[in-house]
Amino acid sequence: MTMTMEKAPVATASDQMVRVRNLRVGFRTSHGVVQAVNGVDLDLARGETLAILGESGSGKSVTMRALIRLNPEHVTSVAGDIRVAGEDVSALDAVALQDFRGLVASMIFQDPGLALDPVYRVGDQIAETVVRHKGLSRAEGRKKALELFERVRIPSPERRLDAYPHELSGGMRQRAMIALALSCDPQLLLADEPTTALDATVQIQILLLLRELQRDLGLSIIFVTHDIGVAVEVADRIAVMYAGRIVETGPSAALIRNPRHPYTIGLLSTRQHGGKLAGHRLPAIPGSPPDLAHLPPGCAFAPRCTFAESRCTVIDPDAVIIDAGHSARCLRTDATAGAMAGR
Amino acid sequence: MSRNEMSKATPLLSVKGLVKHFPVGKSLFSAGTAVRAVDGLDFNVMRGETLGIVGESGCGKSTVARLVMHLMGVTQGEILFEAKRVGSNDLSLREFRRQVQMVFQDSYASLNPRLTVESSIAFGPQVHGVTRKEAVEKAHDLLARVGLEPSRFAGRYPHELSGGQRQRVNIARALAFDPKLLILDEAVSALDKSVEAQVLNLLLDLKEALNLTYVFISHDLDVVRFISDRVLVMYLGRVAELGPAEAVLGQPTHPYTQALLASVPTMDPDHRTTEAPLAGDPPNPINPPSGCRFNPRCRYAESLCSAREPQLQGIAAGHSAACHIAIPGSGHSRARAALETA
Repeated sequence: MTMTMEKAPVATASDQMVRVRNLRVGFRTSHGVVQAVNGVDLDLARGETLAILGESGSGKSVTMRALIRLNPEHVTSVAGDIRVAGEDVSALDAVALQDFRGLVASMIFQDPGLALDPVYRVGDQIAETVVRHKGLSRAEGRKKALELFERVRIPSPERRLDAYPHELSGGMRQRAMIALALSCDPQLLLADEPTTALDATVQIQILLLLRELQRDLGLSIIFVTHDIGVAVEVADRIAVMYAGRIVETGPSAALIRNPRHPYTIGLLSTRQHGGKLAGHRLPAIPGSPPDLAHLPPGCAFAPRCTFAESRCTVIDPDAVIIDAGHSARCLRTDATAGAMAGR
Repeated sequence: MSRNEMSKATPLLSVKGLVKHFPVGKSLFSAGTAVRAVDGLDFNVMRGETLGIVGESGCGKSTVARLVMHLMGVTQGEILFEAKRVGSNDLSLREFRRQVQMVFQDSYASLNPRLTVESSIAFGPQVHGVTRKEAVEKAHDLLARVGLEPSRFAGRYPHELSGGQRQRVNIARALAFDPKLLILDEAVSALDKSVEAQVLNLLLDLKEALNLTYVFISHDLDVVRFISDRVLVMYLGRVAELGPAEAVLGQPTHPYTQALLASVPTMDPDHRTTEAPLAGDPPNPINPPSGCRFNPRCRYAESLCSAREPQLQGIAAGHSAACHIAIPGSGHSRARAALETA
């Protein structure tokens, strides 16, 4: 375990990797404060994979970035308690934050083209990171880079260490970025739509690689995606976000088979289940997501919700426990039971 | 009656032997080589149907769209619209463009940011000689048709709209000429799932109401299956499989189509994918593999596959695949013997 772990306060259970309470993130813009995250609670056990599922603007990426303080600080206001591996992330000073990023938690992104430096060979970028964070020699760093390339299954790894990012294919660049993220043996891997830009046949390879790495290295993973299928492939648990809140969370199987928040139900229904019948239309969720600068009172989904009653536009619902580990923030969970059965 | 029958038999759009090579690395000292983006493609689009084109990045599907639209010149091959060659005396390019319109993936880049929605939609018809007043009236009709209340939306600028609303505007603009054929190139791919379903439903409604024909290009098999009557699967600039949507995506014959389908993430948490159907990335269309272009990634590849390129073989009514396994007597160990052909 790293130094940071030993000083971890005993207040949090040692098997807990991430504990977030009432996270609120706002961005100051010329149009006023955009409230991107609106009271998020998040728990992640060690060795667990959580998928945060949401559409653009739901706050899923902002939530994840807050875990390693990656949101631009001069325009962002963050409130709430964020603990990663027992560490109070908001309290870290600049030096501690640098060590925290990489050694405790690291992140992979949708576009490896932006995450990798185009003018350095990929092998050197990994070696440099290891030298900087782990205090190894250059040669050892290089050896570590080769190990990592083999680990993430880059073909002809020795040769590819000397490649520049543009010389690699999309799937290989993504693998190289995963290798870079794992270079300092982090405990927590944050993945922000890492397969969205990839072709389907490559995407499934990367998802399987992440699952394998999680298992072999005992990683904890938070995986942000807009694709339910991708979430099911990688995650033990799924948290569905809408307008800056987690509206439903639960074990993957429970959430897919027995969704209880109308938004989750809507998302699952809009998936095209093959065969088209003549005149058949998709059950679409009407309207579009709310403006985060002017959130409606009550439940933010109410204006688009087919289950909504008048109280839904007044009361902001608390989480209702459906089952062990499965909860939904909805006033009408009684009415949504079995809603998927008819679809 | 006879005219009706004829128009039924003649494809609305017919593409024959289409080839597009992009030269690369050509300089004073080297002859250079070529990206063979589309390399011998034949297909028809029948009146009133939706043809889905699927494939991975670099397979040439967007190039096909641009070639059909005549946004770029062909290297070789022919594009016929209602049996007339585009650009000939029978059918001028100007007339063709009025009958075939396109919707792109990037809804924002497709609209002029300095024009209001109504001006954008009315712009094309005005260029073609319609008065401003008539064009704007038509624009309002079209906005209503695509589900955008004209009184609220006509005066807005593209940045004041959501992605889904912008794509509706693009669809309305494409309809401004009362076209017969719409080419939709990843038209719903940038939209959120909940909005995507709305736009897909809109496309179905419009098709019924206006007797449209679609060429729907996408990488999303679920979406293609939902909206298409027939599906064309492309691999490295060529047809891998072509046929009725339910046949191609329900009982795929080509190993590539099978792999594409198997790569779609599952929705069943108890039966997650355990093995990737294909290794590696799609190869580079600069130097496509010899023989069958899919053979280096194909699990059934035999020596025959790298030696000889398979031609499209009919399997069932309107369903064909370019694979040696589908060709009786081809010599592939999994192919039926030539005599058995039923």
